[in-house]
Amino acid sequence: MTQLLQTLVDGLTVGALYALIALGYTMVYGILKFINFAHSDVFALGVHMTIVIAGWLGVSAMASTLPPWYIGPVVLILAMLSCGLVGFIIERFAYRPLRGAPRINVLITAIGVSLLLQNVGQLKPFFAQSLPRLHIPFGPYPSAIPALLPDTVLFTVANVQFTLVNAAVVGTAVLLMLALQYLIYSTKLGMAMRAVSFSPRNAGLMGINVDLIISMTFVIGSMLAAAAGFLYALKYQGQAKQTADSMWVMLGLKAFVAAVVGGIGNVRGAVLGGLLIGLIEFFGVVYVSSNYRDAYVFAILIIVLLFRPEGVLGRATVEKV
Amino acid sequence: MKPSLGASALQAVWPLAASILIGLIMFKLIGPWSGGFASKVMLVAGINIVLAVSLTIVNGFTGQFSMGHAGFMAVGGYAAAMIVYYGSMRLWGSADFAGGVLSNAGDQVSFTGPFIGKGDWLFIVACLVGGVFAAIAGYIVGLPSLRLRGDYLAIVTLGFGEIVRVLLQGTPDQIQPWKAATAKDVPLYKLPLMLGGPKGFNLLPIYTTLFWVYLAVGLTLILVYRLKASSSGRAFLSIREDEVAAQAMGVDITRYKVRAFVLSSFIAGVAGALYGLDIGAISATELGFQKSFDIIIMVVLGGMGSISGATLAAIILTILPELLRDPPPVWPAGAFVLLVMVIVQAVRKRWNIKSLVVMAIVTAVLEAARQYCVSKGINIAEYRLVIYALMLILMMILRPEGLFGVNEIWDYLGLRSKKLAKRVRRSQKGAAA
Amino acid sequence: MTRCITLASFGSRLFAILGGLALATTLALSGCDNAAGSNGSAKTSTEANPAAPAPNANPAPNAEPAIPADAILIGHYASMTGSEATFGVSTDNGIRLAIAERNAAGGVKGKQIALKTYDNQGKAQESVTAVTRLIQQDKVVAILGEVASSRSLAGGPVCQRLGVPMISPSSTNPDVTAVGDMIFRVCFIDPFQGYVGAKFAKENLKLTKGAVLFNRAQAYSSGLKDNFKEAFSSLGGTIVSEQAFGDGDNDFSAQLTSIRESNPEFIYVPGYYTEVVNIARQARRLGLNVPLIGGDGWDSEELKNAGDALNGCYFSNHYSHEDQSPRVQEFIKKYQAEYKKIPDGLAALGYDAAKILFDAMDRAPSMSGKDLAAAIAATKDFPGVTGSITIDAQRNAKKDAVMLEVVNGAPKYKATIKPE
Repeated sequence: MTQLLQTLVDGLTVGALYALIALGYTMVYGILKFINFAHSDVFALGVHMTIVIAGWLGVSAMASTLPPWYIGPVVLILAMLSCGLVGFIIERFAYRPLRGAPRINVLITAIGVSLLLQNVGQLKPFFAQSLPRLHIPFGPYPSAIPALLPDTVLFTVANVQFTLVNAAVVGTAVLLMLALQYLIYSTKLGMAMRAVSFSPRNAGLMGINVDLIISMTFVIGSMLAAAAGFLYALKYQGQAKQTADSMWVMLGLKAFVAAVVGGIGNVRGAVLGGLLIGLIEFFGVVYVSSNYRDAYVFAILIIVLLFRPEGVLGRATVEKV
Repeated sequence: MKPSLGASALQAVWPLAASILIGLIMFKLIGPWSGGFASKVMLVAGINIVLAVSLTIVNGFTGQFSMGHAGFMAVGGYAAAMIVYYGSMRLWGSADFAGGVLSNAGDQVSFTGPFIGKGDWLFIVACLVGGVFAAIAGYIVGLPSLRLRGDYLAIVTLGFGEIVRVLLQGTPDQIQPWKAATAKDVPLYKLPLMLGGPKGFNLLPIYTTLFWVYLAVGLTLILVYRLKASSSGRAFLSIREDEVAAQAMGVDITRYKVRAFVLSSFIAGVAGALYGLDIGAISATELGFQKSFDIIIMVVLGGMGSISGATLAAIILTILPELLRDPPPVWPAGAFVLLVMVIVQAVRKRWNIKSLVVMAIVTAVLEAARQYCVSKGINIAEYRLVIYALMLILMMILRPEGLFGVNEIWDYLGLRSKKLAKRVRRSQKGAAA
Repeated sequence: MTRCITLASFGSRLFAILGGLALATTLALSGCDNAAGSNGSAKTSTEANPAAPAPNANPAPNAEPAIPADAILIGHYASMTGSEATFGVSTDNGIRLAIAERNAAGGVKGKQIALKTYDNQGKAQESVTAVTRLIQQDKVVAILGEVASSRSLAGGPVCQRLGVPMISPSSTNPDVTAVGDMIFRVCFIDPFQGYVGAKFAKENLKLTKGAVLFNRAQAYSSGLKDNFKEAFSSLGGTIVSEQAFGDGDNDFSAQLTSIRESNPEFIYVPGYYTEVVNIARQARRLGLNVPLIGGDGWDSEELKNAGDALNGCYFSNHYSHEDQSPRVQEFIKKYQAEYKKIPDGLAALGYDAAKILFDAMDRAPSMSGKDLAAAIAATKDFPGVTGSITIDAQRNAKKDAVMLEVVNGAPKYKATIKPE
């Protein structure tokens, strides 16, 4: 019973993280119909920006006392803003010139951007010599993550602890998803985004600034990835690996699988997919074997694509010729 | 007009003969003349050429974006390594090198052995069987690929590559070379699986030399070129251009997509075999999506659908990291390329001054950058991956079709016969109308 | 439209053109390479100081004087970029420190020593090309490298075939030195380290039930895990749970939950410090308060990132930072002054590998491969930072291991385990 509950809790928490990242993938796919490979690197950037910004605000990884409670949200917002900016720059300079190009080209550009982000993030900061005050964690060594929340346990059920961190992660994820839901279905901007994803040409004819909407989509997707990064740093105290580590790509891939499983292009599907993949991965590792962790996720992907390619919540589209 | 028996026989045999000739030239003449390090680079370039051209079949000709190519390479490499290693143990009691002069990667002068040794036959069989294993894997991957397009296929092939990697990493330990005698006692259904797992499959005898690699290069280039001109190749190209129209014209998309996968993975398997038996060790950890990306970059840079483009890109991308370690002056190579461009334009009598000026400026800028880095002591090699990434992005924005697009190099050099050129121009004009 | 492809048609033209182009390009560029190689070695790659993660007070740290023409050139191939960059960079730092020290003391036989480091991007094929380049183009007399056994196994055969001695600072797979008599190592091998961990757990800590959590994708981790299991069982202990994680994993809660169910008295974690910190924290969060035991991959300053989680845990290592012997303390001081970090195990091993090489160069009658190899093989009781090193008949290092306990994020000496 303990194991079941523990696996459930862990799976759902990680699933919430996957969901946040999957939302970014699904939104970009819905609008532009391509997989943004660089998204996982924006997530890695989010984790590292969290460390950087926390450092700027005076929170050190080795401090024995916790920072005041308001530091957390401030770091979150600043991290989201900075990653949103990075997302905007990527879209503006790497993807917009390829707006009408075949999908393969955009895919390859996305791979290029991903490689760029990974490797730039790992360069020794030769510019740090002139800015000694800035604590820049980038480089080939792992960086220490500062503690932003106390380690309190909220309650314990059947020997399984529900900590404040768990609650914060799931709570923030849920809040952000609700905010996104509100944005997409109850605001004008959301309506414009839905219109553009339905048909960019017609949306343009209706007076919607398609370029702006697409940029907004990227920015929002990147902000969600940054939030996921912040929550990741919150959950996995200790240290963050360097940006070119294969770990970030793997996480991003799993989140993408989550988006596909839930129905790509479908916001609710991304959330459902994220939770599903999180649960499947954890239950697989605990109850089957920890040797094939990544294989479970990919196996699910192949099964879904073979038997229900539109995903759980997607709608099958008939291709008209 | 049916060709005579003699002509058919000649057509079937001359690729092999030509490839053997090329292999011998590289191995006996060019190799020793250029020195050890340049030979190594040429060997690696050769393997990369085979990999890039094989990926062109799927990504370029058929337009299916496969991202799991390294997985096929791994399957072929492991299978071949297993056959050579355990085969040697069971047949001759030891895993030592048992080949002849053609496979001797070491000191040419002091080697005393036959021209083709018994190990060489094992090696050839191993490479071909490795290719067959990889082809079977390609069949398995190709079947579900029918339903998927574009991005989905990319992710599934990526996933397949990862699954292969995970499975190979879970295999039990290999039998050490000094315990070769025990290989006879292990039952045949267990022996092929002892592939070393995460430690990799090590201490293999090294058989790959310039000869075998360029034999493979020659065969691959000729065969793939013929494929492009054959009816299968036409079917591939039609699937790339417009799947629905192809289907309407009676092309069985199922069969041809699978065929593309199978052929491409067979060649990749052979390349993997050459790769593994060149290093003397093969490890699934290295043959993950990063390696697949490396091959994709070559194909994209060269132009998807262009054999010569993929070849050229493979050569450039093999040499580039070595150049970046210790960047030589840019102006000799720049002058060389400028000279080639001038000659080509003179031959075609079509002058493009702008491109010459751009080339000159690029050479100057690169040389200036190099001087700056040298003077400041910046180690460019560290930024190599950053440079690749930027190159990829700029390439996609500025010249997305790659170096040669879907054409081959001779289309740009005006070497076609005038009649054919006129026919091509007419059909292109018709297509554009 | 069928086209009869005959000898006189495009096929052969294609061949001629492609072949010609390939050859021309390769030759032109390798020609340039050769031309530049001879005068290029007086400039670039050796200078760049690649590892200064913290701000360096010196504004132009990379402008070093050119190498004198009669310098002794040694090569180092390591993963300086990519996901395992930490290991390559650390080792390189240690080697450079040793070289700087020796050059300041007059060099070897009156000649200065120069280093050429090539990045192999963490790949085996690149290792082969890098080693080939070092030997055939740069004409180094000896090679240091690599950290990872898989890459040592790739570079080893080349060194063996071309007759240049290679010293691996930290590859622990026994197969590495089996490649031939030119390949050496200055670290202990995994069978010994597994035995050390098992002996310590069973006899010093008196624990009999253990769990294992290892990295199934890494040769070091899997090999050490196997050796530990074997040794522990033969000493009478039992392994109650064996869990694996992969290279891309950072979430170990699932595996740790499984381990928790089996109630072990300790967990053996033969991994690198990059993962151990997170494993420890997550284990404590799950209520697993048993000690963790590990290997030399733990040794790093970054262990302090675990906070309290690693207190009371142990790992086997080559040396202890507390070792009051002057050479260890001096090494730590110099390393910290140059690189602003406490040296990890890899840096110490890199340092020792270089110093053993210089010692062998002193004793060897000439710099030829055979003589150097013979001199290295004759190394006895060399006073290294990582212990007193003797190269045995299998070209591995015979040395003691120390067990360190992590106290407040810093390793403290606990016990010494001698080879049996």
